[in-house]
Amino acid sequence: MVDNLLSILIWLPVAGGVVLLAMGDDNDAASARANAMRWTALAVSVLTFVLSIGLYTGFDNNTAAMQFVERAPWIDAIDVWYYLGVDGFSAPLILLTTFITPLVVIAGWDVIKTRPAQYFAAFLILEGLMNGVFAALDGLLFYVFWEAMLVPMFLIIGVWGGKRRVYATLKFFLYTFLGSVLMLVAFIYLYRLTGSFDMAGWMEVPVGLTAQKLIFIAFLLAFAIKVPMWPVHTWLPDAHVEAPTGGSVILAAILLKMGGYGFVRFSLPMVPDGSRYFAGMMIALSLIAVVYIGFVALMQRDMKKLIAYSSIAHMGFVTLGFFIVWHMFGESGAVLGVSGGMVQMVSHGLISGAMFLCVGVLYDRVHSRKIADYGGVANTMPVFAAFMVLFAMANAGLPGTSGFVGEFMVIIASFKANPWFAFFAAMTLVLGAAYTLWMIKRVVYGEVANDHVAALEDLNRREFVVLGILAFAVLLVGLWPAPLIDMMEVTIQHLVEQAGQTKY
Amino acid sequence: MMMDFTQYIAAAPEMTLLVLICVVLVADLFFEDERRILTYWMALASLGITLWVLLATTPSARMEVFSGSYVSDSLSQVLKLAVTGFVAVAFIYARDYLRANDLHKGEFYTLGLFGLLGMMIMASANSLLTMYLGLETLALSQYALVAFDRNNETSAESAMKYFVLGAIASGALLYGISWVYGVTGSIQFDQIATALLKDPAINSMPLWFGVAFIVVGIAFKFGAVPFHMWLPDVYHGARSPVTLYVASAPKIAAFALTIRILVDALGDLHDVWSGMIMVIAVLSLLLGNIVAIAQTNIKRMLAYSTIAHVGFILLAVFTGTEEGYAAGLFYTLTYVVAAAGAFGMVILLSRRGFEAESLRDFKGLNARSPWFALMMMFLMMSMAGIPPFIGFFGKLNAISAVLGGGYTGLAVLMMLASVPGLYYYLKVVWYMYFEEPEDLAVLQANTDTRLVMSLNGVAVLALGIVPGWLWALCLTVLGGQ
Repeated sequence: MVDNLLSILIWLPVAGGVVLLAMGDDNDAASARANAMRWTALAVSVLTFVLSIGLYTGFDNNTAAMQFVERAPWIDAIDVWYYLGVDGFSAPLILLTTFITPLVVIAGWDVIKTRPAQYFAAFLILEGLMNGVFAALDGLLFYVFWEAMLVPMFLIIGVWGGKRRVYATLKFFLYTFLGSVLMLVAFIYLYRLTGSFDMAGWMEVPVGLTAQKLIFIAFLLAFAIKVPMWPVHTWLPDAHVEAPTGGSVILAAILLKMGGYGFVRFSLPMVPDGSRYFAGMMIALSLIAVVYIGFVALMQRDMKKLIAYSSIAHMGFVTLGFFIVWHMFGESGAVLGVSGGMVQMVSHGLISGAMFLCVGVLYDRVHSRKIADYGGVANTMPVFAAFMVLFAMANAGLPGTSGFVGEFMVIIASFKANPWFAFFAAMTLVLGAAYTLWMIKRVVYGEVANDHVAALEDLNRREFVVLGILAFAVLLVGLWPAPLIDMMEVTIQHLVEQAGQTKY
Repeated sequence: MMMDFTQYIAAAPEMTLLVLICVVLVADLFFEDERRILTYWMALASLGITLWVLLATTPSARMEVFSGSYVSDSLSQVLKLAVTGFVAVAFIYARDYLRANDLHKGEFYTLGLFGLLGMMIMASANSLLTMYLGLETLALSQYALVAFDRNNETSAESAMKYFVLGAIASGALLYGISWVYGVTGSIQFDQIATALLKDPAINSMPLWFGVAFIVVGIAFKFGAVPFHMWLPDVYHGARSPVTLYVASAPKIAAFALTIRILVDALGDLHDVWSGMIMVIAVLSLLLGNIVAIAQTNIKRMLAYSTIAHVGFILLAVFTGTEEGYAAGLFYTLTYVVAAAGAFGMVILLSRRGFEAESLRDFKGLNARSPWFALMMMFLMMSMAGIPPFIGFFGKLNAISAVLGGGYTGLAVLMMLASVPGLYYYLKVVWYMYFEEPEDLAVLQANTDTRLVMSLNGVAVLALGIVPGWLWALCLTVLGGQ
């Protein structure tokens, strides 16, 4: 166990990104220098992943306390600490981040022709900052990572995105910034209450009910936009559609998870009474996301948009799982719901990332994301079709894939809470299958639709490796979720206790 | 009676500077045009010597000298170090630009140094008249600096506007001073405070009337709404190095003006002036951020953004707490770092006969020079208050102070107002990174401009990573009075 593993996971990728920026760009994407850059980026991201395995092997499943803690003073005058640590919530998400980033680097390998050094540097810096968000235990440190992360993402969408990239990326940045400004006010309020930015202290300090409600709303705006929940989801389809493939993958796989992470790290334990007060509303919004957005997804003509809406629907499960806690206190159902939400986050990270990569594979060849431009892809790309069908099945929640585990846990838990919740939640099984499989039917199967499809070439080795690794991960979590659930179990029990307390 | 020399020590930096200005002024007369660079070096040397004298005469405790009209304390020390430093930065940025545009005249430096003298006097003023003298020394130098390129009609027009409005504001301030003097019977800050304490009966309409005029003067110097009209025109009309000068150090002097008068002298009248300051600040915040969106000229855009930032500074002062004053000082100092850098970038991109003042001139900067595009992005993100850049901590401290005063609604408003603010800063980043360049010329700036630009950009990041010492310093100089 390395003493400052978390710091390494944050600063190694950032340093790698700085090195890439210092190397500078080469206009010839095939030159030796451009190649060196790609390999550097890959080496750094793989090394980060390998190191992050230490987070799993050294993790103690039997405690809800923070592990791998690092603490050093940062700004004495306002009692801000460089304070890192992980528990059952953050460790899996850090692993997810370090796992996805190398895949994104490989996916962008020779697709990115303009300014590859800046592209890879942006992803590496983003990776470090995302790890920082999950590892930070000091409120201000968290906020710094949370906001700083927007800058590389803004550039990724804006520089390497599609036609309406400027609109999409500005909307992304402004929307998320709008959400987080009130969170900062809430943070400062809590700081003035406790005299420090220590998040553990914020969880313990008593807060009046009105203040709790206001703080909850401030948090809600930040996290709901990030998740995103209906009705503040409109930035996501735009951002996804215009982002380059790698950007979409990171956005879907990790950035959205920060919203869910925020709920379990901030809202539930810090303002339990406020959360309970609004739980009904949150459940309603989650169910609207699941059902209504499911129908919206059905109508999409653009593959990326469809997956984006499907992401919103699936993230509805996450928030549903978190907020049914109060309907079944003291029962195992509460733990089940939150575990379901957490598993769903990890699983959705893998599946949606894979789906976006599949669309990216097609887009690189045909330069279209329209469903209507495809048809019969299985005839010319059989290997690719196999992968895409697997991921689509996982997206629809087929047992044996990771998509099933989380959704099933949440549905069972919500059945215990209120059968009607379960009824609406279970509609996703129908809707999810409908929109995903209908897309598959139109894109992958049938006659070869046009000359473009006829000219398609199957996966090259690079693409095969990326999709193969993801397929393995999706099946692994689906068939053997125990290690993941064990990792989170104790932390979730602790959270359910915290959420059950009254602190005003 | 024996002469008390210790009091001259308190004013030694100003006296040194005055002597040096005279030397530069006279020496400049004898330099040929092609050797004008010597004036530049002499001006920088004067600043260096002044800095050295400043550091050597650091007061161990608050010292009031010249019959109490002059004060030397840790606050004045910090403010003077800051203004001297920023004037030096302005000179370094200016040199290449002025040479390239045949404007390299000694007057730029001597006027700049005279302005610095005024600012230093303001930082140390302990009476209304000393303050007024410092203010006018600064203002007159600035009027002349704005008109410095005398063949340029825009410059002349904006200088005229600045002069007329500035004269009115000075008149208002002086008028307010006369009322305050009439009511309290003193012009010395601490005596005014004592008078207020002794006789609460004077805290009535005539005094409030005077305070209102003083607030007008302060608002004008800061460029706060509704006394902001001069600011966009002056920023736009002046040549870029002059804009940089006007936009940086004098803001710190305006902060000194605010603290010295409103807090040192009229601290007990917080109830009277805080309402006025709040209205002015909120209006500045909203108007600045919204109007800046519509600008296509980057100097005008930065002018409106300045107005919005002034709103933040004044709201921090509005709280009336030591923490609030410290937050105001912190915000002013850190904002000026970013503002100097942003105008520096305009200078850097300009070349002979071409002023890179349109937003379009920033298009595709990333393709022309990735390093300076990165620096400009740092500066813009700092102004927008995105962590980890220093501007974020300025916002954090200001909002924390406002929240600590119990004004939750204001704190929320401050944060929400920064959302439209973010848009126009992002627009610059968008032009630099997402667009292709229209202007393919190689950057012509010299090594020292490039160096100071790089240091400036890196500084907003570095300060953001270690902001603690600066905040502690601000708390010390404003807490220990």
